[in-house]
Amino acid sequence: MNIVVCVKQVPDTATERKLRSDDKTLDRDAADGVVNELDEYAVEEALRLKEAHGGEVTVLTMGPGRATETIRKALAMGADKAVHLSDDALHGSDALATSYAMAQTLKKIGFDLVILGSESTDARTGVLAAMLAERLGTPQLTLANKVDVDGTAIAIQRVTDYGFDKVEATLPAVVSVVEKINDPRYPSFKGIMAAKKKKVETLGIADAEIAAELVGLAGAWSEVAEFAAAPPRAAGTIVKDEGDGGTKTADFLASKKFI
Amino acid sequence: MTVDRMLPSDEARELMGLVGELTAKEVAPRAAGEESAGRFPREVFRTLGAAGLLGLPYPQEYGGAAQPQEVYLQVVEELAGAWLAVGLGVSVHTLSCFPVAAYGTPEQREELLPGMLGGDLLGAYCLSEPQSGSDAAALSTRAAEDSGGFLVDGVKAWITHGGVADFYTLMARTADDGARGVSCLHVPAGAAGLSAGVPERKMGMRSSPTAQVRFDGVRLPPEALVGERGEGFRIAMAALDGGRLGIAACAVGVAQAAFDVAVGYAGERRQFGSRIADFQGMSFMLADMATQIAAARALYLDAARMRDAGLPYGTKAAMAKLFATDMCMRVTTDAVQVLGGYGYVEDFPVERYMREAKVLQIVEGTNQIQRLVIGRAVTKPDPA
Ligand SMILES: Cc1cc2nc3c(=O)[nH]c(=O)nc-3n(C[C@H](O)[C@H](O)[C@H](O)COP(=O)(O)OP(=O)(O)OC[C@H]3O[C@@H](n4cnc5c(N)ncnc54)[C@H](O)[C@@H]3O)c2cc1C
Repeated sequence: MNIVVCVKQVPDTATERKLRSDDKTLDRDAADGVVNELDEYAVEEALRLKEAHGGEVTVLTMGPGRATETIRKALAMGADKAVHLSDDALHGSDALATSYAMAQTLKKIGFDLVILGSESTDARTGVLAAMLAERLGTPQLTLANKVDVDGTAIAIQRVTDYGFDKVEATLPAVVSVVEKINDPRYPSFKGIMAAKKKKVETLGIADAEIAAELVGLAGAWSEVAEFAAAPPRAAGTIVKDEGDGGTKTADFLASKKFI
Repeated sequence: MTVDRMLPSDEARELMGLVGELTAKEVAPRAAGEESAGRFPREVFRTLGAAGLLGLPYPQEYGGAAQPQEVYLQVVEELAGAWLAVGLGVSVHTLSCFPVAAYGTPEQREELLPGMLGGDLLGAYCLSEPQSGSDAAALSTRAAEDSGGFLVDGVKAWITHGGVADFYTLMARTADDGARGVSCLHVPAGAAGLSAGVPERKMGMRSSPTAQVRFDGVRLPPEALVGERGEGFRIAMAALDGGRLGIAACAVGVAQAAFDVAVGYAGERRQFGSRIADFQGMSFMLADMATQIAAARALYLDAARMRDAGLPYGTKAAMAKLFATDMCMRVTTDAVQVLGGYGYVEDFPVERYMREAKVLQIVEGTNQIQRLVIGRAVTKPDPA
């Protein structure tokens, strides 16, 4: 089975994240880049499927040059090779443009199964899996907490508010996963060393037959009109217990609609 | 803990990055809870094993990672700072693999090392006995001639991983000839007649089981012998030279962890209207702690680099063990002092570090024995 797992480099959620004042895009130099956490679950699932059914796991990353660090991490976990879609023209692509660029690349490299995390910790749109499936003309099986493949049949458990739905389809397909699906492995030291020798193919937009006018800031369908820093946290309220501490606490919680 | 380290290769930097992630996510968060419960974290060793950390200084052809001692020991330091039971456990395991790796026949290495270094198995090292501690050559566990193989009877004491180990590297007597009558044997945990006692109830490092291991008519095949017959004491001492550097690295890790807490606390705690870190009495104490830690690290790394270069390093290893563990005792005691009353309670980890530090002055040769080793090396024999 030819599995492509989409991995995104995102700013570390533990550090302060900023938007750039000039073009209102994410300032990727302001914070350390890490693998989007949910994508680690996607990589793990891809590796488990490969271990069970054979085949190959290819990492696909769209992002600037420094995203190679993220690619190395996925390769160190055990993926076989990687494709890095990297082009200045892609800077500022919104979800629609990104799905177009990724879909073009996926068509070029070929796949039986595409796996990705259900959302990224930076933009958190959570729409990429659906958009990719639509553009690729394949079934979409999203929010999976369990994936079973049997020949060309694929079935997932789709997490819902009330439990889960069982969704079945035929490969090729696009699957997005939630963190309940597995426990991602750590790379091993040997895996880290081996990753250095694995093939990373870098593609520009021309290589993937991506039309420049459909991507980047100019090709984006959505626009960040304005942004402001989050307001500083207000000082806490201290409730002095003068026999009525319980009531005051309850009133406070009620005013915030916690109770 | 973020320590500026001079590492010899990109590979080593990557390794330390992996160790940093593992300690932060898998080791440090469990330490306090498991220590108070006295539970041995076998699964943490499995995680470290899967990551390739249980065979770091051994050759790649047998499943090791061919890392220099200089790098391996800094990994131990980081692990011990997060949780001594784990850092010391890795050190003891690595020590237990040494005799087969260094003295085993090619067949023994091929047969045993991939399992021992592969990450699934955990080793123990059996030298001490109830009546033979510092005077290790007085050991009495007997490995008698038994139709070509050995019949082992005796009791080993204070064995780290006793009862949880998968293999035991055993020093036993094959002849009544003092140190020259000791041989080294490789014993799988499943050997009939091998059993472990109830773990000792220790002052600290309670997550690391320490127990007696009994050998009641344990039969071993001739291939169990590692090195020559009668070579066991020499092997045991060579293993301990390396082990002492492991203990020194553990001591630096624990001291660094205690220092990090102390310096963080001193920067926040206010008395008499200022941060206690701004009282010279405190900042001088912190300065001494930092200096002592840096000196101990430099000393064990110097010994490690000599070993990596193939130079004799035994005396320096004894110096590093002595200096680093005495330093660790002082620094952890001072860390409790920096925190005042808060240092004396379990809500902060420094009291645990202080309890942990003590054992490091005792194991793998007490600090009196280290002085004895160093003293012999630096004084010339009396010509009279
Ligand atoms: C937690 C823990 C884990 C251990 N793990 C292991 C293990 O995995 N494997 C193993 O084989 N052993 C292990 N040991 C045993 C350890 O190595 C011994 O405790 C140590 O060697 C000291 O021996 P002893 O306890 O019998 O003390 P003793 O040798 O009885 O010493 C008592 C005191 O006398 C001093 N002393 C002895 N001889 C001299 C001398 N010539 N000059 C001056 N002072 C002297 C000592 O320094 C010490 O202060 C462990 C011990 C502990 C506490």
